[in-house]
Amino acid sequence: MIAQLTKYERQLALFILLALSLCGFAMAVAGRGDPLGVHGAIVLLAGIAGAFGVISGYYAPEPGEDRLDRYFDDPSRMGIILAMIWVAAGLFVGDWIAWQLVNPDLTFDAAWSSFGRLRPVHTSGVIFGFGGNALIATSFYVLQRTSRARLPDQLSPWFVLLGYNLFCVLAATGYLMGVTQSKEYAEPEWYADIWLVIVWVTYFIIYLRTLARRKEPHIYVSNWYYMAFILVVAMLHIVNNLAIPVSLGHAKSYSAFSGVQDAMTQWWYGHNAVAFFLTSGFLGMMYYYLPVRAGRPIFSYRLSIISFWGITFMYMWAGSHHLHYTALPQWVQTLGMTFSIMLLVPSWASAGNALLTLNGAWHKVRDDATLRFMMVAAVFYGLSTFEGSFMAIRSVNSLSHYTDWTIGHVHAGALGWVAMITFGAIYASVPWLWKRERMYSGRLVEVHFWLALSGTVIYVFAMWNSGIIQGLMWRTYNESGTLAYSFVETVVAMHPYYVARAIGGLLFLIGALVGCYNIWMTIRTADQPADERAADRPSPAIAGAPALQPGE
Amino acid sequence: MFNLHYQLERKTIGLVLGIIVVASIGGAVEIAPLFTIHQTVEDAPEMRVYTPLEIAGRNIYIREGCYACHSQMIRTLRDEVERYGPYSLAVESKYDHPMLWGSKRTGPDLARLGNKYSDEWHVRHLNNPRDLVPESVMPHYSWLGRTELRSDDLGSHLAALRKVGVPYTDEMIANAKADAYGQAAPDTPYAEGVAKRYGAATNVRAFDGNPGVLTELDALVAYLQILGKLTDAAHKPVAAAGG
Repeated sequence: MIAQLTKYERQLALFILLALSLCGFAMAVAGRGDPLGVHGAIVLLAGIAGAFGVISGYYAPEPGEDRLDRYFDDPSRMGIILAMIWVAAGLFVGDWIAWQLVNPDLTFDAAWSSFGRLRPVHTSGVIFGFGGNALIATSFYVLQRTSRARLPDQLSPWFVLLGYNLFCVLAATGYLMGVTQSKEYAEPEWYADIWLVIVWVTYFIIYLRTLARRKEPHIYVSNWYYMAFILVVAMLHIVNNLAIPVSLGHAKSYSAFSGVQDAMTQWWYGHNAVAFFLTSGFLGMMYYYLPVRAGRPIFSYRLSIISFWGITFMYMWAGSHHLHYTALPQWVQTLGMTFSIMLLVPSWASAGNALLTLNGAWHKVRDDATLRFMMVAAVFYGLSTFEGSFMAIRSVNSLSHYTDWTIGHVHAGALGWVAMITFGAIYASVPWLWKRERMYSGRLVEVHFWLALSGTVIYVFAMWNSGIIQGLMWRTYNESGTLAYSFVETVVAMHPYYVARAIGGLLFLIGALVGCYNIWMTIRTADQPADERAADRPSPAIAGAPALQPGE
Repeated sequence: MFNLHYQLERKTIGLVLGIIVVASIGGAVEIAPLFTIHQTVEDAPEMRVYTPLEIAGRNIYIREGCYACHSQMIRTLRDEVERYGPYSLAVESKYDHPMLWGSKRTGPDLARLGNKYSDEWHVRHLNNPRDLVPESVMPHYSWLGRTELRSDDLGSHLAALRKVGVPYTDEMIANAKADAYGQAAPDTPYAEGVAKRYGAATNVRAFDGNPGVLTELDALVAYLQILGKLTDAAHKPVAAAGG
């Protein structure tokens, strides 16, 4: 890690880590008696630990100039490991709180272990911890290959990856202490938000600098999506998190917006976190790994253009469908519904493009669980975007909103689409990144696939049932014209579905743990013939035949 | 059109600007007018602000993630109005930074919870929901009653809220700590200040049944008892409520 840095980069790293330690120290002092102080201590420890790491490798020999003939993959390797750690933790917490809804006493007599505090640990853990690390790791990999250019330096990618994980740690530990803005998927408080902006700007600059040195005239479609993900998430993050802290010694802040304006801003953010974090980013992943793994070019270049600009434009209008029949003015609700329905066109253009790319490679889908992960992901992407457009219709939403149907929809997207495409991409990348011929066990990939698929299907069916049943019970009238069910009767009716949901989640978690084991064993096993992938270099002319790129 | 794109995708800066412009339009059209169109938020001149104790309670509600299972937004649907009460108006969350409309009802909506149950009911329910509702799946919050409320910094909380637009007066900010204490300690000189600054209708009670100590349970119950009660605009005929 440190050995790959030049002397100057080691000095810069030390400087950054000392500055970080100072910030942590200041936070710890200013925030005495407040959760901010604990976070200051965490930042301080992270800075000191990093500084010791750099010092211990400071006098290692510098990397030679020949490093520039190779891609820089160390951060991608670490990013994949971190993603797998986060997914195990995030799914575990998710399944734990699913069992809490079955039996509310599955908790400790302590604040941190209650549903309300653990729920954001689950959502942030899987979305930002797992999804974010996977996106950073794969985007660095894809950016270099599709541009035939090495990352601009050795330090900034590490800054982005580790800085981002510091943000995730601040977020998760904050929720356990009760530090939250209550804005869904934007819960971290002001200081963590500012830190993320710094990390994110660096991430974008890496993209610009690498693209500026590319040897391909065209920017490949994956990079359009990754750039939209980086840029728009920055816009959303900054606007939605505008807030005034109580003081520089308090973790707590008050949102700049209130009431109806805040609701609209929050769901503009919330829905587009789904769009640009969980859709654009992972479409970027899909547009590289699926064609490469299938050995087929993308079915249609034009479809990918239409779907890219359609998604980028239309998603930003759709957030208000989270606020049907509320105090939000009707004209905004109607705009949100209209654009949500139109969104089906670019969404299905992408899903169709992915599935049609597999034409001529379906025998590989049958035999190769890694490719099958990606194929099923594209199917779930198509299904959940259809469901999303459907649920955005005002009259459908009157039934589905506030119920588990929404939870089912989200998990069809998150488990079926996001996690499946990521597992596919990770199983494809691990042998490439660690120079192995293949994964340690193909059979375990197969086991993981079936656990993930059955877990997702059980989960989603349970939530469809519970959501629609509860929604109908809430609006059922008896013959005398009064409401037929009390609220608690509808809670009791949910019980069997909550059991089924927790079992589905457990299967998905076990699958992810199998994946962790398989990846770990692949990394540890060095006895396979080392695949040097001689062509996997920025200047393939030196090493022989060029590696096939999906754009070709 | 595709030829144009063929050129565009060769220029990093072109793509970047394209993405920014295309992605900005939706939010600009849908969000900006909400700040300028007057009808978006109804007028409710008599609406009061949260007391310091209610703000502290609201912050506990946020801290514990209550919003993950309880909405505070009654939709304009017949069954919701009959189950919970008059549908929510935008003005009712005018001072809510941030709003807590919620997105999921694992438990019932709380927009009109205020004064629906007694303080004692809330205290017992929060201590262990299954003592009162055997089928409930809500977590218990038994530690709230044994945790003293941090009230020394409530003035800074009110001052921060004033910066984002809540009309707290200098007097309210200066007396925030005393008012938090007074609202849960009737029959003390501090209680009179609460009524003077926030109105005679303000709930001044020993919310957790123990007037001596100001606990987090006091604050949370004080907040739950004011939900839907800052203004009665939602109970008036629609024509009168409109602005």
